[in-house]
Amino acid sequence: MQVSEDVFSKVQAALIDALGVDDDEVTPEATMVGDLGAESIDFLDIVFKLEKSFGIKVATEDLFPKDILTESTYVQDGKVTATGIAELKKRMPWADLSKFEKNPRVQDFGDLLTVSDLCRYVESKIA
Amino acid sequence: MRWFWIDRFIEFVRDTRATTIKNVSFGEEPIDDYLPGHPHYPHSLIIEGMAQTGGLLVSEVGGFQTKTVLAKVSKAVFHELIVPGDQVLLTAVVQDKKPSGAIVEGRVTVNGQVRAELELSFAFLDDRFGPSGLFPPEDLLRTLRILKLFDVAVDQNGNRIHAPERMLEAERQAARKMVQSRAVAQSKLS
Repeated sequence: MQVSEDVFSKVQAALIDALGVDDDEVTPEATMVGDLGAESIDFLDIVFKLEKSFGIKVATEDLFPKDILTESTYVQDGKVTATGIAELKKRMPWADLSKFEKNPRVQDFGDLLTVSDLCRYVESKIA
Repeated sequence: MRWFWIDRFIEFVRDTRATTIKNVSFGEEPIDDYLPGHPHYPHSLIIEGMAQTGGLLVSEVGGFQTKTVLAKVSKAVFHELIVPGDQVLLTAVVQDKKPSGAIVEGRVTVNGQVRAELELSFAFLDDRFGPSGLFPPEDLLRTLRILKLFDVAVDQNGNRIHAPERMLEAERQAARKMVQSRAVAQSKLS
């Protein structure tokens, strides 16, 4: 799925500003946590910058559906169940879950989001 | 040494903005010692002063029970040194607030001239970090009174903000305990 250049460049600017990374590090495939080094408090800053830049409202639960990752209905033995995956797909249609689906360990969810995912999320909000 | 880098609140609008004064004195050790021969108000302490101003601003609405900590300095631009004799105004303006934290923009001026511009992120710690606030309520109340916060604090409609009843009750209990322990000490002496 392609994202518009305008959205990408604004997201890129927000990430450069919030995380202190270089523009060439913010590629569409880069993961927010693993590649760009985002920590939990950085997401507050990133969300603030995206809201300001795009005039949107971002709910933290949109990016981190905590209930799916903690409730026993959706998690068993540290892994998200098939029901949980289906719920994630429903709530996060903009995220590429294909890699996560292969081994859906809850602990790996934090490093799932890529710059592309974030761009598609923003596009879904401004559409 | 007490770790206060603001002297007094002169403006406080709930969840919106607050301004504090910091009078910089040659008599303060960190100001004289930071760079011997060139006394000035260290940048790190300017950030701390703004963190105290903004931190109290964003935690007041929860009755000062929110466990608020400075989590990130997103921006810190310093234009000119602040030196002994300067009266510094630190203005914190809430930019965004969510259940997990808040972002505050800070402006530091001396005689109307901007000396520093800051952006700070605060995190609100959850119950994993303990059920109660970070400070004993009676101690925090005493500090807030010294800082004259309740002399100027208003809500968004301009109504005066008073000390939370929870803090007043903690203060009464602490006073009762002190009286009791003095009475016990006196009875042992006599």
